[in-house]
Amino acid sequence: MSAAKQKRSFGEWVRGYTGQKYITTFLFLLIPLILMILFTLIPAVNMVVYSFQDREMLGFRKWVGFDNYARVFGVKSATFPVASTDYLIPLRNSLYYLVGSFLQQALALFLATILCSKIKLGGLFKGFMFFPYMMNGVAVAIIFKNFFGNGDGYSAPQGTLNSILKLFSGEGFEGIPWISDPTNPFMANVCLVFASVWRYVGFDIIMYISAIQSITPDVYEAADLDGANSWQRFWYIVFPSIRSIVSLQLIMAVKGAVSVYEIPFIITKGGFGTSTFVIKANSTAFEDEMVGLACAMSVVLLIITVVVTAIQKVAFKERK
Amino acid sequence: MASNSHYFDMKYYAFKETPKGVRIFWQVMKYVVLVICCLMVIIPLLTVFIGSLKTKQEVLTTSAFTLPASPQWGNFADAFIKGNVMKGLLNTAFILVVTCVGSILTGTMTAFVVQRFQMLFTRAVKGVYLVTSLLPTITMQISVYQIVTKLHLIDTYAAPIILMIGTDIISVSIFIQFLDNISVSLDESAILDGCSYPRVYWSIILPMLRPAIATVLVMKFVSVYNDFYTPYLYMHNHRVVSTALSDFANQSSVDWNVIFAGVIICIIPTLIMFLSMQKSIYSNLVSGSVKE
Repeated sequence: MSAAKQKRSFGEWVRGYTGQKYITTFLFLLIPLILMILFTLIPAVNMVVYSFQDREMLGFRKWVGFDNYARVFGVKSATFPVASTDYLIPLRNSLYYLVGSFLQQALALFLATILCSKIKLGGLFKGFMFFPYMMNGVAVAIIFKNFFGNGDGYSAPQGTLNSILKLFSGEGFEGIPWISDPTNPFMANVCLVFASVWRYVGFDIIMYISAIQSITPDVYEAADLDGANSWQRFWYIVFPSIRSIVSLQLIMAVKGAVSVYEIPFIITKGGFGTSTFVIKANSTAFEDEMVGLACAMSVVLLIITVVVTAIQKVAFKERK
Repeated sequence: MASNSHYFDMKYYAFKETPKGVRIFWQVMKYVVLVICCLMVIIPLLTVFIGSLKTKQEVLTTSAFTLPASPQWGNFADAFIKGNVMKGLLNTAFILVVTCVGSILTGTMTAFVVQRFQMLFTRAVKGVYLVTSLLPTITMQISVYQIVTKLHLIDTYAAPIILMIGTDIISVSIFIQFLDNISVSLDESAILDGCSYPRVYWSIILPMLRPAIATVLVMKFVSVYNDFYTPYLYMHNHRVVSTALSDFANQSSVDWNVIFAGVIICIIPTLIMFLSMQKSIYSNLVSGSVKE
């Protein structure tokens, strides 16, 4: 048999299923693999290599070891002799988004539980709360530039929030510069986090609703027979069954918090102490033309997300 | 009498659980919470809509809730033509269609080969896909930019399209997981009838993957229509919806009324899409992100 196989001509091999299998594999994977190598694998390797170089847009200047990383964490080095902490601001700001997205998860879980109980017009409420997730990020940013605006009569719109406050506080109210107060980065960041929660909370609600609805009603009935109140019902039945979704969402929250970009970029351009990792990395690379430094920032970001994802994968495996 | 005592039993238990007054209170509270949350969504949108009908001066000087003296529908025409929103919509539509076709074809082909042919090579490819799915693309854009520059793709439509197709690992994994549940016996019977492998893919696998394709299409619409980062970096001479809007917001003399009109126009296609396929959007997005 094997001798006969070897004697087959190439044409026969191609027409046979083994040959077909190899040729199909080659043809089908050719384009996806080229794209993946070009736009994912090579950039990933390059990024790590560049992060050890002093490099501008046009190309390589010299190797600098860990100096770029030292700069990111505000440590003095040979290449950057002045210690400055401006690269720590994005790191600090991602903590705002992290806290914000944990609150967002809690809010989403709360609203999802309400929407899963007996409620009229549930679909309508759900639709309203979900819709911002579908919206264009730039549109959301402009909406919140207007929402937190502080009208000065010639360039900024009369903000929605200040207009509401004016209704309650009467004539003397001056308006609060929510996102344009350089002395108060805390408030500006909280406002931007609010915009981000506004945009994404609907998606989490949908995720939690689908998780809660996948619980079989028998379990609820059993709990009702045992006389569980609604808090016990949530804590002992709903929460354990959706724990895997909750942990998945928390991981996504970490990823989201370090890769915030368009909302703060459009609203404040990263000014007033609201710069994020991606904004800072981009301005470092494309405006200051310090590609090596920007790559070092990206590697730090990458390490954070990969570690977090790895933790998630391990945690999921254990539970299964 | 028997039914009567049963009635009393039930009432007793119901009373023991929660008194009726408390129950009504919580029920009302639920609605209060939901209404407040919906108002939180509606009010920012509503004031932008009101603003889109004002004159430039009115936006700057009157309260956000003051209705315009006379609605300025012309703002919408300005945004559409002068503000490049129309060009943006057309360009976005073009990119969206090409990206969807491209990533469904490459995605299903990759998934078919990787899932159906268990060879060393395909296993290795699957492994590489799993690893790269961990890398967030947004962190690598700086080194991707260098490659796109070297390929002379900056300022072409090809740049965002190729990047969106090439880094689309999520849909490949959705297709692979969907294929896991399609029986191989279908392929085998087709092969017994003399089908070649490409034919099996085209006539059997692709039609069977329709629900997964729907999921991917919804995710693609949301991600491509709303993408700002890729066109902002790679397409300076052509505007898509997002970049047309952000241009507006960056002008030195800002016509807020026209910007707001642009925002409203840009939301309309999303709203139509959402209202027309609300149910399937929910389920598609959930299944898509769980499989991610």
